[in-house]
Amino acid sequence: MKMLIVSPILIPLVAAILALLLPRRLGKLAGVAGPAALLAASLALLHWVLRDGIQVLQIGNWPAPFGITFVVDIFSAIMVVLTGIIGFALAVYSFHSIEPERFKFGYYSLFNILLMGVAGAFTTGDIFNMYVWFEVLLISSFVLMVLGGERAQIEGAVKYVTLNLLSSTFFLIAVAILYGKLGTLNMADLAVRVSQTYDDTLVKVASLLLLGAFGIKAAIFPLYFWLPASYHTPPAAVSALFAGLLTKVGVYAIIRTFTLIFIWDRTVTHNVILIIAGFTMFFGVIGAVVQFDFRRLLSFHIISQIGYMMMGLGLFTTVAISGSLFHIIHNILAKTNLFLISGFVYHLQGSYALKKLGGLYRRQPLLAFLFIIPAFSLAGIPPLSGFWSKFLLIKAGLQLEGWIIVSIALIVSLLTLYSMTKIWAEVFWKPDPQAKPYSVEKNAKYYSMLMPIIFMAAINALVGLYAEPFLNLTLKAADQLMHPSIYIEAVLGGYLP
Amino acid sequence: MQSHILKIAARHLLLPFTIMSIIILWRGHNQPGGGFIGGLVAASAFILYNVAYGVQDAKKILRLDPRTLIGIGLAIALFSALLSVFLRMPFMTGMWVDVFLPLLGHQHFGTPLLFDTGVYLTVLGVILTVVFTLSEES
Repeated sequence: MKMLIVSPILIPLVAAILALLLPRRLGKLAGVAGPAALLAASLALLHWVLRDGIQVLQIGNWPAPFGITFVVDIFSAIMVVLTGIIGFALAVYSFHSIEPERFKFGYYSLFNILLMGVAGAFTTGDIFNMYVWFEVLLISSFVLMVLGGERAQIEGAVKYVTLNLLSSTFFLIAVAILYGKLGTLNMADLAVRVSQTYDDTLVKVASLLLLGAFGIKAAIFPLYFWLPASYHTPPAAVSALFAGLLTKVGVYAIIRTFTLIFIWDRTVTHNVILIIAGFTMFFGVIGAVVQFDFRRLLSFHIISQIGYMMMGLGLFTTVAISGSLFHIIHNILAKTNLFLISGFVYHLQGSYALKKLGGLYRRQPLLAFLFIIPAFSLAGIPPLSGFWSKFLLIKAGLQLEGWIIVSIALIVSLLTLYSMTKIWAEVFWKPDPQAKPYSVEKNAKYYSMLMPIIFMAAINALVGLYAEPFLNLTLKAADQLMHPSIYIEAVLGGYLP
Repeated sequence: MQSHILKIAARHLLLPFTIMSIIILWRGHNQPGGGFIGGLVAASAFILYNVAYGVQDAKKILRLDPRTLIGIGLAIALFSALLSVFLRMPFMTGMWVDVFLPLLGHQHFGTPLLFDTGVYLTVLGVILTVVFTLSEES
């Protein structure tokens, strides 16, 4: 039973090995079966954690804080479930839409290794181990980004790799400072020790270095410029994977460290986070307004939405944090799906430039309907999922009388709606500028790309229309995050320094 | 470039490099060394051969596709981690056996060595995949 805790890491690893060793066709099937199994395992894990509380596994039978600990609380479990959903949908989407040449170079192995890295980062309870998982997911994302070797891909990858290496260096320096100062890497143990020495300058420096390191990965203001420069270059399935998951790993790490470890000097850390959140939201959406490339526009929206997730953390109440978590759930579902739709539109019309697209409302009414769900969700139109998360965040903001951040959040919401209607008007509403008749072959590729879009839209609609259980879930998770002693107790148990 | 000295050196260095890499892998548990460095040393032998004779011959002498090596390496590492689970101990618990070998005497074998062997093969496979791909393109 304890193995369920590491199953989100082991299942993708097995799938990656099989995808490498089995003959081509069977390997491809293993590449899809892995994420499907991951989804099933993660749901079982979430169920278990909700029933029995935080689950802990000491790797290699070394007790905490000496060995590496894996910890799954409700927040981790939610993130792993989302990894499973995205992994499964994208594996199916990739099946026919990725070129054979890319499969030959191990697309599905890298895809699964990336999922392994993401799941590892979500479940580990050791800060250095988290660094290792970051490296695992980054290295595989580097390769996925350049796989295929197109000119634009290499150009985007240079920026992506450089900035992420810088962020990894910051991360490592911060971890080294913490270890040198406090002598531990276990996050629960760190939390205990920081509570005794939080006034120390070096600890403060380490906390802000970590914020910078995770901030680059999460693409917060002013460290976001690498994201729109690189996310639109690889194939749609890959950019959907990056857009959906990778920045959220950074957000996860920020929320984890700043609800568990660095919670004592909030006038510095959490106020900084709140200010950054406001800027991130605003500049992200302003960047999107002037874009006319489908995927670049969506990339800027990723940044803007990260701001909302940071806002909840900055406000630091149970309602606010649950708003952040709900926003992560909503955003992973909606944003990934919008990228999938952009890839599908590219398949139909051969372009990502909004000027060259058009007329899809007539030709593909189903697709137009499917676009509405994530797009309106993102803009926060009730009763879709984005409404609930923004409702929670704004409610929490008003309770704390944070008028500025609340007004920024509302204005940004309006601007989001504006850019979504821009996509709607350009891609679906206006007549096709190419105006030459074409027929779309409804082959296996067509359906293997359409099905994941329907799957994601259905989950997205469910989270919005039947929000109550999800709201309860995020409230429970936030409650756990606001009481770090539960986490510490679960990890260290009898051993408390 | 055709150099007889390089060709003969590359051919004769293949075996010593490989043996050396295995020694480095072996001593790695308690002394400097290990799977990662061992894999790099082994890969350098094949890279030298690749420089002297070209990609086709280097691939021939490796026999396996380097990507298969990655797969086998990862599978061995995974197996070493799971072995303790099959014996109803926590994940990745280190386990040891003492074996008497002719010439070498009593030896201490454990799952960390098995894991390192997996690392060795994975590193070898990754490096050679990169090198072969780059030399094929130029």
